[in-house]
Amino acid sequence: MSKVTIKELNLFYGKFQALHNINLPILKNEITAFIGPSGCGKSTLIKSLNRMNDLVEGCTISGEVKMDDENIYAKECNINLLRKRVGMVFQQPNPFPMSIYDNIAYGPRTHGIKNKQIVDELVEKSLRKAAIWEEVKDDLKKNALSLSGGQQQRICIARALAVDPEVLLMDEPTSALDPISTAKIEELVIGLKKDYTLVIVTHNMQQASRISDKTAFFLNGKIIEYDETRKIFTNPKKQETEDYISGRFG
Amino acid sequence: MSRNYIKGLVYFSALITFGSLFFIISFILIKGLPHLTPALFSFHYTTTNVSLLPALLTTFMVVGLTLIIATPIGVFTGFYLIEYAEKNNKGVELIRIATDTLAAIPSIVYGLFGMLFFVTFLRFQYSLLAGVLTAVIMVLPLIIRATEESLLSVKDSLRQASFSLGAGKLRTIFKIVLPVAMPGILSGVILASGRVVGETAALMYTMGTSTNLPDSLFSSGRTLALHMYVLSSEGQHVNESYATGVVLILTVLIINALSTYLSSRLTKETTK
Amino acid sequence: MKIKKLDSFMQGVFLISALISVMAIILIGIFVFGGGIPFIAEYGLSNFLLGEKWTPSNTPAAFGILPMIIGSVTVTLGAIVIGVPVGVLTAVFMAEFCPTKLYKVLKPAVNLMAAIPSIVYGFFALQLIVPFMRRLFGGTGMNMLTVILLLGIMILPTIIGMSESAIRAVPKSYYSGSLALGASHERSIMKVSLPAAKSGVLSSVILGIGRAIGETMAVVLVAGNQPRIPDSLTQGVRTLTTNIVLEMSYATGQHREALIATAVVLFGFILVINGIFLLIKRKEAIR
Repeated sequence: MSKVTIKELNLFYGKFQALHNINLPILKNEITAFIGPSGCGKSTLIKSLNRMNDLVEGCTISGEVKMDDENIYAKECNINLLRKRVGMVFQQPNPFPMSIYDNIAYGPRTHGIKNKQIVDELVEKSLRKAAIWEEVKDDLKKNALSLSGGQQQRICIARALAVDPEVLLMDEPTSALDPISTAKIEELVIGLKKDYTLVIVTHNMQQASRISDKTAFFLNGKIIEYDETRKIFTNPKKQETEDYISGRFG
Repeated sequence: MSRNYIKGLVYFSALITFGSLFFIISFILIKGLPHLTPALFSFHYTTTNVSLLPALLTTFMVVGLTLIIATPIGVFTGFYLIEYAEKNNKGVELIRIATDTLAAIPSIVYGLFGMLFFVTFLRFQYSLLAGVLTAVIMVLPLIIRATEESLLSVKDSLRQASFSLGAGKLRTIFKIVLPVAMPGILSGVILASGRVVGETAALMYTMGTSTNLPDSLFSSGRTLALHMYVLSSEGQHVNESYATGVVLILTVLIINALSTYLSSRLTKETTK
Repeated sequence: MKIKKLDSFMQGVFLISALISVMAIILIGIFVFGGGIPFIAEYGLSNFLLGEKWTPSNTPAAFGILPMIIGSVTVTLGAIVIGVPVGVLTAVFMAEFCPTKLYKVLKPAVNLMAAIPSIVYGFFALQLIVPFMRRLFGGTGMNMLTVILLLGIMILPTIIGMSESAIRAVPKSYYSGSLALGASHERSIMKVSLPAAKSGVLSSVILGIGRAIGETMAVVLVAGNQPRIPDSLTQGVRTLTTNIVLEMSYATGQHREALIATAVVLFGFILVINGIFLLIKRKEAIR
């Protein structure tokens, strides 16, 4: 079942067209990976799924992105509620310069949850889901910036989970991390699949093949090929895809 | 040019700079400290005690009132310029030109303007209010610039993280950006207070030079710097001038130390 | 929805705050220019700017500010001649020669130097430089040299602060490239780093000029304040700023307007100086 459906999406930064006529389903409780060389539009597309592109000056969009049959680019769509439903994890771990607890509680408090007991529970639940509860449970008051890079990224995942999203977008979440932290995050991401729909942008093709169910290959703002990950990596239909995954360019 | 010649010149220049600073400060301190008598701190000014206390208290009042008005205006301007306005927008250009020009105007022109506008046109007379409002305009560019710089030093990824959690702009600014930028803004605000403490030309023709503690916004008064100016231009109370200079320097010293401490905290926060 | 309303309300508040600076500039323009320009029109621009006599209490009164223009320009140039080499070289010291431990003391010292009230500088000059000059050249000791020396010191922190950051902003690779060619530390800095920082250094000089020409209260204490064209550096001088501050307290009628017009001229100088500064900054930004 398709959780998000992208239809005839075109995106411009000023005069430059960054995305050309994108059509793509993102299936529920699966991991969809976006791969492709730098500047191919994969990050741009992921940012149009929670309308983070709205923050970029001169960005215009046509076409539609439907989430459960609701066009997120419709006028009546509340962006803040949309972003609550579609969480995001960034390339560089970016915890707020405040305590671990306050980092996680920021989202729920933003959406009006004030009751301390409920917030406490949410914090614990989110940290557990992000597989970092055991490491930090004794010093939740500690500044999140004092943690290691890998721990910070898991804090960021927990922070995104705390607002109870349906979709989780991850923009190269491990590109700034060491191999051990990367492995932990990959394991965590696979585990999240049962509750969430995930989209992950990655440069790392092994990562895409290890964790994703579907893969979309991007080149110059277009989707060249979209299929089951297994098929893309073993039997691509397009020459460009084969060139890319076999490392001939990019 | 030989190495040693260059090195010699550089060291010599540094010696002149810091030598003269050291000399000025120690000169005032050595001449002034012995005259820092209790009589100078009597609550009421008379021509015999030449008390500086009313002027000191007036200085605090002027600084306090100026900051209360100028800080929100300056910080909000910074918010608008950095967090809201689109880059390259014509209006922003206009505001930038305005603040840059304000920053360059000499204090005597502020004084003259304050006199023409607040004192005469708005009929505030020589008053605390006229002085404060003139000082507000004068320190605005300082606060705006400090705010802009501190906001720019806050990493964009923090704002994005907040937006991605569904927070609006206002919440993002007040809960995420402002706390990080706070030390830098505060350090600018404190520098602004230093500017007010040292100001004479802009206040002389807006506040007047009454020796009493102002009892309302509409009464005249003199700040410490003005007091020192009056004393030294009259030439009657040289020792008291020195002593007033000591108090002024100490005030500025405290203000600067605070500001340095806060801005070092900002760099620590943002580079951590 | 409620949040959205608050959001746009506050955006309005921020915009209005930002417009206060613009409003202030407009008001200053209206009141200062509006007060001075009618006088200049009536008295004649060249009579005003090039008139050599300032005798407001005579009948008929004369309001020529050439002496003050010459005074302001001369003491500013003098201050630059003293302040720029010392300031720029001190900046070189701060950026390239100063040990870290010492820097932690000297940097706040420069900031303190910028923050010392002008009246304290002026008082210092009155008590120390003036008697010194009196012994050296006779007369009152209140002369152009005194003012130049005083302003030369007062503009130091402005020049040091900006020049230092300009020198620090020069990519280290320039410097190491020069070292690699066998040039000494000193030579690399003087021939490579400092020239590369020249637009920042120039900006600092221009800000210094602005500070010197606008300084009032320190100058008025030690300048002698005679409104005549000085023919040597050991004579007293009156500047544009001090002209205003000296007579504003009692001036009325045309005299008062002439003082406001003096401020217009001063304002004009500042606008030109600031314009040059912005131009350099913009050129830098484009590069």
